[in-house]
Amino acid sequence: MEAETGSDRVKRGLAEMLKGGVIMDVVTPEQARIAEEAGAVAVMALERVPADIRLQGGVARMSDPDMIQSIQDAVSIPVMAKARIGHFVEAQVLESLGVDYIDESEVLTPADTQNHIDKWKFTIPFVCGATNLGEALRRIGEGAAMIRTKGEAGTGDVKEAVTHARTIYGEIRKLTTLDESELMAAARDHRAPYALVREVAETGQLPVVNFAAGGIATPADAALMMQLGVDGVFVGSGIFKSGNPEVRAKAIVEATTYYQDPSIIAKVSRNIGEAMVGINSDDLRDEQLLAPRGW
Amino acid sequence: MRVGVLALQGDVREHLAVIASLGHTGVAVKYREDLDDLDALIIPGGESTTIGKLADRFELLEPMKKRIAEGLPTLGTCAGMILLATATTGEPQHLIGELDITVERNAFGRQVDSFEADLDVEGLDEPFHAVFIRAPLVVSAADDVEVLAAVDGRPVLVRQGHMMAASFHPELTNDDRIHKMLISSVTER
Repeated sequence: MEAETGSDRVKRGLAEMLKGGVIMDVVTPEQARIAEEAGAVAVMALERVPADIRLQGGVARMSDPDMIQSIQDAVSIPVMAKARIGHFVEAQVLESLGVDYIDESEVLTPADTQNHIDKWKFTIPFVCGATNLGEALRRIGEGAAMIRTKGEAGTGDVKEAVTHARTIYGEIRKLTTLDESELMAAARDHRAPYALVREVAETGQLPVVNFAAGGIATPADAALMMQLGVDGVFVGSGIFKSGNPEVRAKAIVEATTYYQDPSIIAKVSRNIGEAMVGINSDDLRDEQLLAPRGW
Repeated sequence: MRVGVLALQGDVREHLAVIASLGHTGVAVKYREDLDDLDALIIPGGESTTIGKLADRFELLEPMKKRIAEGLPTLGTCAGMILLATATTGEPQHLIGELDITVERNAFGRQVDSFEADLDVEGLDEPFHAVFIRAPLVVSAADDVEVLAAVDGRPVLVRQGHMMAASFHPELTNDDRIHKMLISSVTER
């Protein structure tokens, strides 16, 4: 029997299996176990959650392999980890550790101001952030097997994630209304590969799974993003920077599954402790914004 | 025919699309009452621990177990195979537990080891192109469990009476022959 690893189908397929689920940022094996117990479909292993990266400043890099390994040993669900934008050696290291997905993330300090990682060269799949359709298609063009909104990480303010999701789905809807002869101009306007623009125009959807990320802090936030059309959610600082992570994590998982049922969202939102304090993303100075990192 | 797909998490949409393409009605199962009037049930791919916990918390686990025990034709793929099994080799987790097999989760390794390959399947003339993603394997089975396909001698597609389970994802390839086997087990009842 001839077996093929690292194919598009296998890379994109894992993201398909995560649909309808919640991926949680964790910084210790204990947090990873809490996330798994709450019903997370995967965890993102990192040294500092985005809220702390904002607070502490400095250069944010890939996590210590030892720390990632300890989280891999603690749970049976997939483990993801972040590499800096363009830092293909960090990605090589993460691949050698056997992480299940690499997030080429604007939350870390970018290593290359021009180029993202050539993701086709890897057996391991990548997820990348996007603020609009063109950005999503550029990343898919570089080999990303999953997309997430950038939102504004570490703020607990969902509005940037809403803006990015609405922009992506609005632009997809618009593409489907164009005449075939208008698609090259659309590719130019979106600064996106023509073949992918054509594919989206024909199918009316992204060729890969799209999750929401960046600022999701409550069960209602998660359900809001699901109703806007995303396939699942990442929750970063929103869980372990809140008053009662165990209960909140579980509530967000349940609200993501039953996102169309307000009575269940109400029920799971009761008595779940303080949400993370958060920052209104309008109060951030331009140089403090993470979403404009990458292009 | 009405075919339910457990819709708590995972690749529900892909299974519903195959059911629709075969001319049947797919039902996304999220509430207990969605289990009423089904002719068959599919437990999809996804994260088995997540699906098991949600099924337990929202009181779907026992009703599903009861319906399957009563003879509802059921297909589980990947996470669905794990959920149908009576036991896993790993830490205890919520299972439906009606198919007499023990499975090992992530038995082929991590995502770097996920693969696709052509598989010879008992009862099918041509090989089935199968996609294995962090896939489970059957490590032991009761005597009346038929092995329909294996990788390196280890079972990846099994049938016990009205229940079928696959380590791989027939819903991810444009090949509906495994789904047709489920449908025909309904018509043969």
